[in-house]
Amino acid sequence: MSYSEKLIDHYENPRNVGSMDAKDETVGTGLVGAPACGDVMKLQIRVSAEGVIEDAKFKTFGCGSAIASSSLVTEWVKGKTVDEALSIKNTDVASELNLPPVKIHCSVLAEDAIKAAIADYQKKRGLAPTVKADTIKGDRQQLIAQGAIKAGI
Amino acid sequence: MKIPIYMDYHATTPVDPRVLEAMLPYFQGDFGNAASKSHPFGWRAEEAVEAGREQVAKLIGASSKEIVWTSGATESDNLAIKGAAHFYKDKGRHLVTARNEHKAVLDSMHALEREGYEVTFLDVEKDGRVDPAKVKAALRPDTILVSIMHANNEVGVLNPVEEIGAITRQAGVLFHCDAVQSIGKVPFDVERANADLVSISAHKMYGPKGVGALYVRRKPRVRLVALIDGGGHERGHRSGTLNVPGIVGMGKAAELCRLELAEEAERVTRLREKLRRGLEQHLDLITVNGSLEHRLPGNLNVSFAYVEGEALMMAIKDVAVSSGSACTSASLEPSYVLKAMGVTDDLAHSSIRFGLGRFTTEEEVDYTIDLVTRKVTRLREMSPLYEMVKAGVDIHQIEWANPH
Repeated sequence: MSYSEKLIDHYENPRNVGSMDAKDETVGTGLVGAPACGDVMKLQIRVSAEGVIEDAKFKTFGCGSAIASSSLVTEWVKGKTVDEALSIKNTDVASELNLPPVKIHCSVLAEDAIKAAIADYQKKRGLAPTVKADTIKGDRQQLIAQGAIKAGI
Repeated sequence: MKIPIYMDYHATTPVDPRVLEAMLPYFQGDFGNAASKSHPFGWRAEEAVEAGREQVAKLIGASSKEIVWTSGATESDNLAIKGAAHFYKDKGRHLVTARNEHKAVLDSMHALEREGYEVTFLDVEKDGRVDPAKVKAALRPDTILVSIMHANNEVGVLNPVEEIGAITRQAGVLFHCDAVQSIGKVPFDVERANADLVSISAHKMYGPKGVGALYVRRKPRVRLVALIDGGGHERGHRSGTLNVPGIVGMGKAAELCRLELAEEAERVTRLREKLRRGLEQHLDLITVNGSLEHRLPGNLNVSFAYVEGEALMMAIKDVAVSSGSACTSASLEPSYVLKAMGVTDDLAHSSIRFGLGRFTTEEEVDYTIDLVTRKVTRLREMSPLYEMVKAGVDIHQIEWANPH
């Protein structure tokens, strides 16, 4: 498959790979996708008291497009307010990276990851969720409580 | 060492220089049509075609009269399955095959289903092999043909064809064997396998693309309805002017395989084992898919857990391999061959097929071990699944949503 230069650059030099402490009150964690489908994205954001996303980290299991899409959105959300970040659409990701049609789902996953991370953050802070993250079944905090996901990752 | 390194010998192989040399005269000087009976140009072409037929027959323990030239193994599979089904339709309309067969077999079977034939698709065992007892159990009074491959193209696993052939022979059912991947790599004998129809391809054994053969047993005689009508070439089995240079190349390729098979199989197996041991030594959580014991010398199909196959192929672009990941296909479904063996979807997405062959060197294997180790390690560092597993989370306990 032939990929755009931007995509290859994000794949070969991914920005903001890493993890934050998911227990931190200022951190929101989104975990979307499924291993059986070949893509899982974990996107984490650190939000300031003013509601600005100060930092973002990701880890992705997936193809080159999935890795590039997550890398790109970590760059895009940084410095944005939560509401601004929620306005990022999968189509923006797809066109920026010039994703081939069979890879559009990677951009959908990236958009979902942003929503899930923000929903997680809002829930932690007792804020009303702007968007309900519905791509991961069950509640992230509940999964941590059950021990299905370690809180620290 | 030349970069990129070719490790995709199941997809195709380079033409052996000795094969190319044998072919060249037949493009210009000896360019005759093998069907021209009235002049030396035709006679020389016919002689070359018959010599090639002899060479291919000898490799598989057949008589040259039992070799039918085709355009390649896809055509051979189609001709064997559809041709036999059409000829023997009054005897019965049931066929048996396995779920991990090549698409040329499976799609020929599906075409017959649309014509009203019934097909049993056998499940394969966890090690990728077909259980002969299951073949036997699937036979019915109206079964006309069983099609089971010798070596699988993705996992290189070898089926017990001799046991299967004994069952079909006893039952009076035709046995078609797609032996494209195995012929020239491991011994295959039509008598020992009791095979009635065998598909062979030139470009998988260091011959040219665009030429193949179908072995059609004469004793007892197997009859087929041709797919391609015309001048009645190949005793009516396959019309069309013969591809003389291709046939010469396929013949030469078969001869080289016959003479060098034992030495080459040993050398390639040694390199494959070096690759396997090297990867296992440097990386944890890797699984070889399919039986290691019953396997083509040059095949190593490995799942690198928590790393996606296409991403890994992009990372190791200096080494040409293929993957069972869905991301290499338009369907978003991972390899049906791995799924048929019970490999879970996540591990199927993480699979890489290394194909080693005649021109693979030790240096290339060393380079590949090093490169794959570094890239798998790097991709695992960015894999949320690897992180979770290392933290003691059982990812199979998580109720993942399906994003598709």
